[in-house]
Amino acid sequence: MARAVTTQRKTINTVFAWAIGLLIFFPILWTILTSFKTEAQAINDPPLFLFFDWTLENYAIVQERSNYMRFLWNSIIIAGGSTLLGIIIAVPAAWSMAFVPSKRTKDILLWMLSTKMLPAVGVLYPIYLLFIKMGLLDSRAGLVIVIMLINLPIIVWMLYTYFREIPGEILEAARMDGATLKEEILYVLTPMAIPGIASTVLLNVILAWNEAFWTLNLTAANAAPLTAFIASYSSPEGLFYAKLSAASTMAIAPILILGWFSQKQLVRGLTFGAVK
Amino acid sequence: MGRIVLDKVSKSFGDTEVIPPLDLSIEDGEFTVFVGPSGCGKSTLLRLIAGLEDSSGGHIRIDGADATSVPPSKRGLAMVFQSYALYPHMSVRKNIAFPLRMAKLDKAEIDQRVNGAASVLNLTDYLDRKPGQLSGGQRQRVAIGRAIVREPAAFLFDEPLSNLDAALRVGMRLEISELHKRLKTTMIYVTHDQVEAMTMADKIVVLQAGVIEQVGSPLDLYRAPRNVFVAGFIGSPKMNLLEGPEAAKHGCRTIGIRPEHIAISDSAGDWPGTVGVSEHLGSDTFFHVKCDASAEPLTVRASGELDLSYGAKVFLTPDAAHLHRFDDQGLRLA
Repeated sequence: MARAVTTQRKTINTVFAWAIGLLIFFPILWTILTSFKTEAQAINDPPLFLFFDWTLENYAIVQERSNYMRFLWNSIIIAGGSTLLGIIIAVPAAWSMAFVPSKRTKDILLWMLSTKMLPAVGVLYPIYLLFIKMGLLDSRAGLVIVIMLINLPIIVWMLYTYFREIPGEILEAARMDGATLKEEILYVLTPMAIPGIASTVLLNVILAWNEAFWTLNLTAANAAPLTAFIASYSSPEGLFYAKLSAASTMAIAPILILGWFSQKQLVRGLTFGAVK
Repeated sequence: MGRIVLDKVSKSFGDTEVIPPLDLSIEDGEFTVFVGPSGCGKSTLLRLIAGLEDSSGGHIRIDGADATSVPPSKRGLAMVFQSYALYPHMSVRKNIAFPLRMAKLDKAEIDQRVNGAASVLNLTDYLDRKPGQLSGGQRQRVAIGRAIVREPAAFLFDEPLSNLDAALRVGMRLEISELHKRLKTTMIYVTHDQVEAMTMADKIVVLQAGVIEQVGSPLDLYRAPRNVFVAGFIGSPKMNLLEGPEAAKHGCRTIGIRPEHIAISDSAGDWPGTVGVSEHLGSDTFFHVKCDASAEPLTVRASGELDLSYGAKVFLTPDAAHLHRFDDQGLRLA
């Protein structure tokens, strides 16, 4: 009897989980479906779900009207560059916090996180002025720096959590074996923390890829990534839902595919420490 | 060469002084064991020598050179940790080769030394395995292999056998002693197990609360403990310590008598008593005897042949020639 109850429970849980999953995924699904409709079908009332004339017309128009590859390339450079730079800075930072903590380590970690509590728009003006002064406006380098800085607290926090799980004795053994600090980080710590570093990289690529506030405010034509590409299809003259959807689908496709293939790593990474 | 001298070395964590200034010299080729109860500062002392902790005062000299502020990687010492501390992502071969790689030796030399160490430690068949695929004893051997390939000035062992089961521990104890005889390199070994200390050491350093209670050969410590603490700590089962009228008879505060120096008889003797629990080891039997002379039951070591039942009336007679006397401060009286 107990077993039957468990099975029933399991079924309910599964159905419930799927329902929530679908609910969360629905906007993305709807965007993808809309991208295959004509503009008229896109605003049809009642909305059309699957039974409409599927068309690739929107994709063709979007391709024709804007240079997708340039936006994609900018997105790759900004997301990849900011994550790489962030990791290079965060690994030594997290190392020192995890293995040579001081009385202030916890405070510093919290202080770093507190920078995420301020709405981005709060610092738009000073950063905008700084960008103008430094000639970084509409440059990929500028965006790499600003997005790296925004995500740095999260990168340091995540790496700190992973590093804390590595026994300090192993690093001491490396020191006794004659490794310098650089060698200790490079040959011992980093290879042991690879799973943690990988999920940190993944999450930050996703965050950087989807970052829209700074990319929209600090770019014009040269450094505009895919977020700007999507935004360019929402115009004050009227919305073209189908084309906007096609542009959105094209923008999220690369990151969606990356996320799909690395979901195991990502879930492991995000729950790391919580289950230990 | 591997002569290590500690000169007024001390260590404090914040306001807490865990090791008050102490002096100690460890001669080249000597097997020295730091022994003491948990929290006595023996591991901290070893880590100070290793350079993994900075000393709060004093000087550490290795082969005459001041190494106090030299980083661990440059002290020329090798350490074996309690948890083995192997690199889990590297094969046994790479683990053993790691210190040589860090020393920038050429590949042929590294291979030769790794193979040499592996054959000494019976690890040749496991060279391509990862540490996770090895048993506890094998892992400990890899850790030792990683230490010996560097040909260090001294080996530091931090409770290396405490994670092993009892049978393996005895085997590894012999292997380490054998290694010391062969290499003739200075070894400093930390343990809380006085049996390990007695069986392996050339010199034992007994520590309590960061203070050296006594330094000497195992038998010196056993035969002439400097104070009550050492008397009680060295030897298994521990020395019987008696206070009160029995001690007063000998003109001291405390008397100590080892279990093997008490004769047990069912007819006559100095201290009448009742047999409590008996521990039969085969060769010997330890009787725990309750008697009026002592607040605690006295432990008596007798031949394994002797059989006395629980509650039996017996008489104990201490061997006066082996009686240890201690004064009010707990110090040994001549």
